[in-house]
Amino acid sequence: MDTANVIERIQELQHLPGALLPILHRLQEEFGYIDEAMIPLVAEALNISHAEVHGVISFYHDFRRAPVGRHVLQICRAESCQSMGCNSLIEHVEKSLGVSLGETTADGNFTLRPVYCLGNCALSPAVMLDGQPYGRVSAAVADSLIENVRRHA
Amino acid sequence: MRVFVPCDSSALSMGAEAVARAISKQRPDATVIRNGSRGMFWLEPLVEVETPGGRVAYGPVTADAVPGLIEAGFLEGKPHALCLGLTEEIPYLKQQERLTFARCGITDPLSLADYVAHGGFRGLERSREMTPEAIVEEVVNSGLRGRGGAGFPTGIKWRTVLNAVSERKYIVCNADEGDSGTFADRMIMEGDPFVLIEGVIIAGLAVGASHGYIYCRSEYPHAFRATQRAIAICYEKNYLGERAGFDLEIRLGAGAYICGEETSLLESLEGKRGQIRPKPPLPAIEGLFGMPTVVNNVISLATVPIILDKGGAYYRDFGMGKSRGTLTIQIAGNVKHGGLVEKAFGVTLRQAIYDFGGGTASGRPLRAVQVGGPLGAYFPESLLDTALDYEAFTEKKGLLGHGGIVVFDDTVDLAQQARFAMEFCALESCGKCTPCRVGATRGVEVIDKIVANQDRAKNLEVLDDLCELMLDGSLCALGGLTPYPVLSAVRHFPEDFYASH
Repeated sequence: MDTANVIERIQELQHLPGALLPILHRLQEEFGYIDEAMIPLVAEALNISHAEVHGVISFYHDFRRAPVGRHVLQICRAESCQSMGCNSLIEHVEKSLGVSLGETTADGNFTLRPVYCLGNCALSPAVMLDGQPYGRVSAAVADSLIENVRRHA
Repeated sequence: MRVFVPCDSSALSMGAEAVARAISKQRPDATVIRNGSRGMFWLEPLVEVETPGGRVAYGPVTADAVPGLIEAGFLEGKPHALCLGLTEEIPYLKQQERLTFARCGITDPLSLADYVAHGGFRGLERSREMTPEAIVEEVVNSGLRGRGGAGFPTGIKWRTVLNAVSERKYIVCNADEGDSGTFADRMIMEGDPFVLIEGVIIAGLAVGASHGYIYCRSEYPHAFRATQRAIAICYEKNYLGERAGFDLEIRLGAGAYICGEETSLLESLEGKRGQIRPKPPLPAIEGLFGMPTVVNNVISLATVPIILDKGGAYYRDFGMGKSRGTLTIQIAGNVKHGGLVEKAFGVTLRQAIYDFGGGTASGRPLRAVQVGGPLGAYFPESLLDTALDYEAFTEKKGLLGHGGIVVFDDTVDLAQQARFAMEFCALESCGKCTPCRVGATRGVEVIDKIVANQDRAKNLEVLDDLCELMLDGSLCALGGLTPYPVLSAVRHFPEDFYASH
């Protein structure tokens, strides 16, 4: 971990009121995840305890304490997407990638994550791949998305 | 010539980016404007071209179809198999009463000139000539109720904050639109963010606040960026900042459904775990950083400018009973024509689903409808004549919520949907109160036993008891309303709980 860089990122935002979430987002964006060693640095900058920082990281689904795959595929499993068969889509993708929701493929290429609503409910089932939305995702569409990533890997 | 290709997430999810690129590449002489969505999502990407007779729509357009469209002369509005005629004449759109969404899909979301040319900032200008009391009374008179779900009168909330004595007050916009089946907030933030900003500034004038925050969920990266850019533009043009006397910042959530609950959201903004605060004190008295705070949903705030522009009476004249103005109905799930329909309160579920939605996407019979997100009740076909109105829904033990409708066909298993409601509550519970934290987990177990036919009668009774406890004993709406989908599933679809699956 590049400690100086981490401290610099923290310093950029620590003046904000309620700075903890913005800081954690920035660190994750920059380094891919929140390393254990960053916690004391954040705590010290904000003058709060390690436990408080840890408590916030563990409360929110977004914050990760370990690296994820090079590509993150989020599949919506909320009600609207359920009504359009997202559960079978998830099964299909789990089989194609050989992982379950929440896991990363052995080659580190994909992390498969559940998400509860992407706001694309008129075009369910919906997924998001590396921040890009896709709607009306059939098994075939999902396969081509995955294939496309693999080809460019 | 001007061509409009939406930059709305739903349009992007169907390939709008590639369409825009294909048009620019083949016709560099055409000006491609990235507008918001008109809200007819089954037609996305919906491309419009400007003609002397008005804007002509084509959709759904794929990048592959672009050469053919150009050849057919679509840039001059000429006929093509994908041509839908004049956009404004499409019945889905023509039958709406767009007040909050008056500009969405028409303008370039990040063009301030466009915004002003289409009536933007008129409400703010009028507000600047009014006393705070008069602004608040205008909103009270409009009858506007919180569109986030609770339906509390917006003006009354503002009055409480106005009357609170404090050196510092805040406006907080709740843009944590986590309910499945809803996307109105996202559409405004992506398609007309200036109207939201204008609403926040007016709220600040009304209650004497000089700082505002928009709390946007992280699942909406496009909405976040669009609104962030719009805020930066407003700073450049002095609608925000020192000279305007109002500062606004957009903050990102971190994937917690509970942060849509206002006190949880405030905790999160303060940099803490998003745990519920017991009420009282109300946020209007002790909110963000302990100061009096207005917490309003995106649609509530985005509706304020038109109320101040045209007057409370103009807005109040739409609607029925105690539900005044318009509702932004979001039609989603297993439906042919999903999208956004803004209409005066009073439309029935059946009209929304069939007249606008065109029935199920699968073509199979409709069996259940969930309105109001994961905490809303499941209604059977026999309740489809219920009007989309706060009181009418309460009467049927339902929840209008944020106005999202999720349609299910006859393949749905309501016991599984009830189980999911409990599972979701367990996953998203903040843990502060026991009825929600423990009750939801027990709920999943009990439903599993019922479905497995273990002491079914007894366990149905346990489920009933548990739901009553969660309803009465939870600190907030998550634990307190999860029984709605569960009990409505048992009440209206008992057969799904009586046979083992």
